[in-house]
Order: sequence, then C-alpha cells, then structure tokens
Amino acid sequence: MDANWIAIAASVLLQSSPLIIAVCGETLSERAGVVNLSLDGSLLLSALAGFVAAYFSSSLLLGFLAAAGVGALMALIVAFGSLALRQSQVAVGFVLTLLGDSLSAFLGQNFTRLPGPWVQRLPIPLLKDIPVLGPIFFNQDLVVYFSLVLVAVTTWWIFHTRPGLELRSAGERPEAAFARGVAVRRLRYWYAVLGGALVGIAGAAYSLDVKIGWAEGHTRGLGWIALAIVIFGGWSPLRGALGVLLFVATRSVISVVLQRSLGESSVVILNALPWLLMLGVLVVVGGRFSEQVLSRLPAALQRPFRGLLRAAPPAALGAELKEG
Amino acid sequence: MRVELEKISKSFGPVQANRAISLAFEPGLIYGLLGENGAGKSTLMKILSGYQPADSGRILLDGAPQRFRSPLDALAAGVGMLYQDPLDLPPFTVLENYLLGRRGGLAIPRRRAAGELRELGARYGFEVHPHERIEDLSLGERQQLELLRLLSGGARLLILDEPTTGISAAQKELLFNSLRSLARDEGKTLILVSHKLDEVQELCNRAYVLRKGELAGEAELPCPNKRLVGLMFGQLPSRPARPRPEAGPPRLELRGAAVRSPRLRTQPTDLQVGAGEVLGLAGLEGSGQELLLRACAGLLPLAAGELYLSGVPQRRLDYLTARQLGVHYLAAGRLEEGLVSGMTLSEHMALVNPNGLFVDRAASKAQAAERIRQYQVVARPRSRVEELSGGNQQRFLFGLLPPDAQLILAEHPTRGLDLRSSDWIWGQLDERRKQGAAIVFLSAELDEILERSDRIAVFFAGRLSRVLPAGETSVDELGHLIGGGA
Repeated sequence: MDANWIAIAASVLLQSSPLIIAVCGETLSERAGVVNLSLDGSLLLSALAGFVAAYFSSSLLLGFLAAAGVGALMALIVAFGSLALRQSQVAVGFVLTLLGDSLSAFLGQNFTRLPGPWVQRLPIPLLKDIPVLGPIFFNQDLVVYFSLVLVAVTTWWIFHTRPGLELRSAGERPEAAFARGVAVRRLRYWYAVLGGALVGIAGAAYSLDVKIGWAEGHTRGLGWIALAIVIFGGWSPLRGALGVLLFVATRSVISVVLQRSLGESSVVILNALPWLLMLGVLVVVGGRFSEQVLSRLPAALQRPFRGLLRAAPPAALGAELKEG
Repeated sequence: MRVELEKISKSFGPVQANRAISLAFEPGLIYGLLGENGAGKSTLMKILSGYQPADSGRILLDGAPQRFRSPLDALAAGVGMLYQDPLDLPPFTVLENYLLGRRGGLAIPRRRAAGELRELGARYGFEVHPHERIEDLSLGERQQLELLRLLSGGARLLILDEPTTGISAAQKELLFNSLRSLARDEGKTLILVSHKLDEVQELCNRAYVLRKGELAGEAELPCPNKRLVGLMFGQLPSRPARPRPEAGPPRLELRGAAVRSPRLRTQPTDLQVGAGEVLGLAGLEGSGQELLLRACAGLLPLAAGELYLSGVPQRRLDYLTARQLGVHYLAAGRLEEGLVSGMTLSEHMALVNPNGLFVDRAASKAQAAERIRQYQVVARPRSRVEELSGGNQQRFLFGLLPPDAQLILAEHPTRGLDLRSSDWIWGQLDERRKQGAAIVFLSAELDEILERSDRIAVFFAGRLSRVLPAGETSVDELGHLIGGGA
C-alpha cells in the first residue's frame, strides 16, 4: 500500500478518535433512555476546561479530568432536569448547548491561540512494525488507543453482560425493568453522567491532541455530528465508530485528494458530501429498500442480516419516567 | 401457599378503587376474580403483586404479614403477576428477556442459560426458542415466556390478568392445561382476572366478584352464569331477541377479491352484504379476515378482483373516497387508529366537521356535549381522549360516526369492554342497521359472532371456507370450522 495512503489512514484514525469517544458516551446515555442534546456545547466547554487546566498545571491528566468533570456536570443537569424536575430532555439539552457555546466563548477569551501542552505519540513496540496495520493502528497516541479500547469495552458491556441488559431495559421499557428489580432512576443518572464524562474527555481530546489549543468555536458543529452518528450507528458503539470513520475518511479523502484538482471554490460542496453519503447509507440500512432486498434472500440468511440492519432507537428514549 | 388480603383499601384522588376488601386464597386451587371495568380488580392485583402499595390493609402469606416495595420483592416472596400486556422487552431475545433481573456473574452464560430455559419450557409444555426476538413472537408465546420467568423466579401464587385476550384458541387450550396442572400437581395458587364468564367457569374452582371497589360476593364453580352476572352488575342486563329482517339491496359486494400482505395472500373471495344485515367474520387471528375488512375500507389495495359499494364498482378505492361513500371503519386500536391522543373531545368534533380555516370552539364544544349526552360517555368536552376508559373511548368513537353511514366495518368492536358497554355498543350498531346500514365485523369471541350476526363468514388460512346463517350453527360447529374442519 502506498505510504501516502497509510499516512492518510493513520490521520483519519487520529481525527476520528474524539468523535468515537463522544459517540460511545452518548450511546451509553441514550441506551439508558437519556438523550443528552447538550453535546455540542459540552464539547466546547470541556475542550476549553481541558486546555485551561492542562495549561496552568502542565498536567495532561488534570486537563482530561477537568474536561470529564465539565462534561459529567452538563449531563447531570440534563438528567436532573428530566428525572427530578420532569422537564423535557430535548429542551434542557438544547438550552445547555447554547449556554456551553456562549460560555466557552466568553470564558475562553484570554486563552485563544496560546501554546499549550499536547498528548505525545506513543508507538507500541513490536506491534508498530507490522506492515500496513502497524503504522495505522499502533503508531498513535493514548487517546487513539483509548478510543479503540472504549469501543470494544462498551460494545461488550451493552450487549454481552448482565448490567448491559439492565442498561438496555431501562431505555426500552422502564416499567418492565422496574418489575424485574432494575433501579431505573439511579441507573439513568449513572449512565448519563458516565456518558457526559466521556463527552468531556472527547472535548479535551480536541484541545490537547487532535486540534491543539483553543479558539472561539473550536469544536463547533462536531457535537451535532456525534449526535447524528449515534443514530446512524443504530445505538451500537461499534457501528457508531464505523460511522465516524466513514464520515472522517470521506471528508479527508475529499479535502486532501480532490481539492488539489478542483480548487478552493468547491470546498463547500465537498464538505457536504459526507452527509449525503450518510443519508444514502441510512436509506439503505433502515428503509423499505433493505426489506425488499432481504425478502429475496433465502430464509435462513434473512434473520442474521435483518438483525445486522435492525436499528431502532430505544423505545423509551427521552420519555418521562413514571413512578410505578 | 395460603394468601390472605385483609381490609385492603386504595384510592386515587377522589376515586376509591378498593374499599376494605378481604379475600383468602388456598393452595392448589384456581380462583376467578370477576368484575366490570373499573370494579377494582386490577388495582387490587397490582397491590398484591407489589406494583403499587395499598393505602391501608395487610397482605398475609402463610400467615406472615408482608410489605412489598416492588414487584421483585413480591416475586421473591412467591407472588408473580402476568399482565395483560406482558411486561417484557420487545427488542430483546427470548434469552436476554429471561435473564434480565436474575442474579449471576457479569458476563451472560448464553449456552448454559439457553439450555436451562429450554428445559424449563419442556417441563411446562411450552416450546421455547432462546434466540428469537420477543417482538417477533405472538402474544400467546410472550405470555408463556412470562409465565416461565415467574415460575423459575419462585412464584407460588400466580395472578393472570385477562390472559386470553388476543391469543389463539390453541394457545388458550395450552395455557389452560398448564394452569390446571400447576394447581393440581404443584400446589400453586392461581388467580384469573377476567370478565369472560365462560373461561372462568371452565377453569376456576371458585370465584370472587368485585363491584364498585367492594367484594360483592363469591361462588363455587361451576354455577349458573346468571348468578355471577347478578353479582357483577347487581341486576341482569336484558337482551331482547332481535328480529332478523330480510337483507335490503347490496351495500358491499366482493367478486374474486384477493388481498396480499407480506405474510399472507388471501384466496379470491366472493361475498355480499345487504342493507340492514350484520355479517360476522370468524377465524383465527391472521386467517385473512382482517385483510379483507381493511380492503373494504380502502386501507389496503385489492391484489385481484372487484369491489362494489351499493352496486357501483370501485377501482383503486382509497380511504377518503370510501368515507365519502358512507363506508366507516372502526379500528381495534382505538387510541392508535381511531382517536388522536392529546386532543380533547371538542377538538375531535372540530376535526370531523371541517368547515373553513378557523375552529368554531363554541360549536364543537356544543357538539361534543351533545354526543356525550347522547352516547352516555363519562367525560367532559375538554377531556383528552386518552383519559377516557376503553368503554368510553368506544362510545365516543360511535358518536363520531355520521348518521348517514352506509356500511360500518368494525374490528373487534367490544374487545376489552365489559358486558354492559358491549351491550350498549351493539344497541348502537342495531340502530344503525335499522336505518339501513350494513355491518361487517370481526371478533375473536365466537359467542359474540353467533349472537350478533345474521350470517357468519368463516375464514381459514386465507380462504373464505364457509358462509352460514347464524341461527343454524353452534359454538362447537363454529369452533370446528375455524380450526380448519370441513
């Protein structure tokens, strides 16, 4: 494989890692039934918090912890608003997004375009020498490794463990979960906060790694992309991560390769291409079309494929929790 | 396990749902808990199963007082409840649904648990496929799984809330056989909450009857239905035998009509219904009768054949055209397809009388009040439809039918309603029939079909197998035909 393509693949993976972390976090939260719509504001605010904490303390760890704390706090507000105050999750989350955006711009005024610390590359010995795969997967930094491990762990947790069953049941049918002894309310708080903390880590991953430093509107728009990809990924971390890679890859390939030949003027249109691609995949995956294709397959094959393509939101997502 | 309820009371706001009810249940027996809609059966059973606490009163299991904080608490003490709409998780696999709420390690031991579940199913005579999804199963199969889950959780008292609503006759037979053996062979106590007298008579040893939140009486079974009805209502509703008039000119005619769904393609069907006639469609769920009924309302296209309304051929009939021609469809899902959740009764009136851009609030409110009076709906014009009980929703739906309806197509018109509401609904349909409307309905209740129809069309496996006059057949014969008998 061309060294150039390998470099692009490695860069796509790096660029994807914060989004992958955010998607995993939001997926956990939504699986439990809490849609945290504050993602875009959360990312901005935690990116700033991470940068400032690391800048003053010169400790990356403190930077990530501060960011996780900010993200968790935002999620806690959404969870508290819906679970305790019975407000609409969508409304609370949306207001928080606007708040996070403005607050980060205001608080970050004195920190724009400062040189700060960043996450160092950490090649893994031996593994990095594997041809093709080595330079793509194992010549990266801790953020990338974390994002890959996170996908594996959350996928396993959600679909293959007992606590995962409880998590999904709280988002699907809380009254049934309650009848089986699941503490739905507590569980929703926990997963919302955990998901928020992961979103915070994703924010710091931008300001300390992928897009080093701080400027107003540093990560604006990326939170909405993460929210869309959670849906696109059918509320599965693995499919969500693939969605992120697809999205970032098309964007990189387009901007790197095609822009050279087409020039600056086409950038706007080109930027829209990943979205069109995603829409196309959604139509194929969820719609009538796939059902028609499926119905032509032999019966034995239909079930596994249908399971693969099935992507329904948790049935009680965003719904008010009724007391039993 | 001996179960005693002592002076259980519960109220919701101003409504007293249970008033000092005391009952006792002995092991090894099957009890029927009877009562009209709103008599307090569900409330009482939810208290017994730990879903909600009582305001006052005690629950004693084998003499020991209990305090349940959740359904899980109750199950740990041996009380399990099977809800009418099973409390399971539709997107889960059968195995995942079974494992949720059970103790154990972090990872799911899929293979071992699947074996366990199959064994458990075999013990109670149910076929279990651990890796199917709950949402792909029938209601009867989902009930069986809930039953298995409760039994494996240690339930010694099983409460079944309307378990036969929406399941097939074969599944009902299977369920009743397992229930009998649970009581006889394993000494379990069973409570069947129902308003189907025949089923209670068939299955139960003893019946408790609630009326208006109080214990109205009890009876050893079997006993005459009249006695139970008397306890339930305080008085017997009278059902005058109605004259069966000659059918008038044809309102609906099908010639070689066939309908296709992803699961079933019906055989070409010929059928005629005249003005003033009531045709009952009988058959197991999914035998094709539902598809044909929907096609007549313009909700499904005909795959082949012709459809005539009052003698006029209709090509590509759609729902709105059908409505304009006086064809009215009453869906089984009242809140899903019949009414609009979140809208008030007045707003529904405004919706069916569209005139101009603006809603005439005063007029629609007056119309709603008029309907409420005329159709004896317990509600106010500004009540939202989802706040109404099932019976009142159905009454209001009838109120929305325009007076000039030519053909009324009703899907399970009395499903989930008590005797009095059912009688009232049929009284209304009878009025419409006298005014010259033709009525086609389908029902899972053979009694209802026999009693209310002039003619009965029997469907089996997508084919209209027989049309026979209602007066010349019996429940037994009809059951035989529905099951595919010749």
